[in-house]
Amino acid sequence: MICIVDCGTGNLSSIKNALDFLGASSKITSNPGEIQEARMIILPGVGAFGYFMGRLREKKLEIPIKKAISEGKPFLGICLGLQVLFEESQESKGVRGLGILKGRVMRFTQGKVPQIGWNKIIPTNPGIFEEGFAYYVNSYYAEPADRTLIAAVSNYYGDFPCAIRQGNITAVQFHPEKSGKYGLELMKRVLEC
Amino acid sequence: MLAKRIIPCLDIKDGIVVKGKGFENLRQVGDPVKLAEKYCKEGADELVLLDISASAENRQAMPEVVRKVARQIFIPFTVGGGVKNSENINELLRAGADKVAINTAAVQNPGLISEAAGIFGSQCIVIAIDAKKEGDLWKVFVKGGKIPTQIDALEWAKNAERLGAGEILLTSIDNDGKGRGYDIELTKQVSESVKIPVIASGGAGTLKGIADVLIDGKADAALAASIFHYGKYSIADVKKYLQKKGVMVRI
Repeated sequence: MICIVDCGTGNLSSIKNALDFLGASSKITSNPGEIQEARMIILPGVGAFGYFMGRLREKKLEIPIKKAISEGKPFLGICLGLQVLFEESQESKGVRGLGILKGRVMRFTQGKVPQIGWNKIIPTNPGIFEEGFAYYVNSYYAEPADRTLIAAVSNYYGDFPCAIRQGNITAVQFHPEKSGKYGLELMKRVLEC
Repeated sequence: MLAKRIIPCLDIKDGIVVKGKGFENLRQVGDPVKLAEKYCKEGADELVLLDISASAENRQAMPEVVRKVARQIFIPFTVGGGVKNSENINELLRAGADKVAINTAAVQNPGLISEAAGIFGSQCIVIAIDAKKEGDLWKVFVKGGKIPTQIDALEWAKNAERLGAGEILLTSIDNDGKGRGYDIELTKQVSESVKIPVIASGGAGTLKGIADVLIDGKADAALAASIFHYGKYSIADVKKYLQKKGVMVRI
């Protein structure tokens, strides 16, 4: 079973709809036990970094998620679900992220913020990411300390990392569940990893 | 940089897609789910589903339409029409809409914008403005473009942004359904007055009309209905044309 972690924010059913469409059975849950038993974990998120981390800790989901990742279970972080993998964010100073990856989350300093719309994905590493367009709604993006983790970038008044890969972790700043054929195909490749 | 978006609009009355001229003379054009799927496959960047049912009773069918569309299409879509309060917004978002468009209710109670943006986030609150030229200004009309107000459309757009709107869906009542191009001047003035994205609507008609509103009108997205419903152009035709004109589009 794929567990879609429910932190009480965001349109989780759109991710479930996409998985259903791909024929993968999944469950939206905030039950720590179910997350421990999952074969794959998807962590979606919208809203503020601090609020989201608060909810994650309140629901006692931090430890099961970290444990599952350290056990090598496939993990997909989407949008804020990518950002919280890091140590901290400019959005919520003083709030610790999951800290699984080293680096910080920065705010766009130019252009309309949030960035809302379709932007080009430019792969920087051979792997599961292909060139194409994906749908974004974000004001922040993560800068990993280890640049080799960056799998793809997009350009919004300068390049920013939009996809991260490290071992069993895949994380994307855009919304694959809303990125049409490009997003569905990417999700399919993630499921097959 | 972001691609300019092409957005087919589905006007839905009692669960069926229709399209009228100047907001009247409705003609039936089809099943919302089938049409949404078709446009998604053809390369639509987003969809707008507008419920134009006359009564609140007939509008109750909309969440089910939204649920069905959300299961079949995987691009963002906005739902509007008769949205009165945060409960309506919540219901549509829960059914699977990515954004909700508010028109009359926001004009009558601008506080609804800040309330909804606070609860659901600005990114999913679209303010729909129906504007009609009067002298040198554009006035806001409500109730499906039927009732005039004394509100200046430019001022209203700025106010909506300040209150937390995430996007403006701007329709020219003068041009809507006539197929002679968008109101470039209106779109340009609104686009230059706000920092949030502006979706131009009303009058698409030709490939040049769409290119003009994205280039000269400075819109972030162009919404169209008739040209797609009646097969005058496909979404691919529009995007190829725009690409030739140097507009970045998702192909």
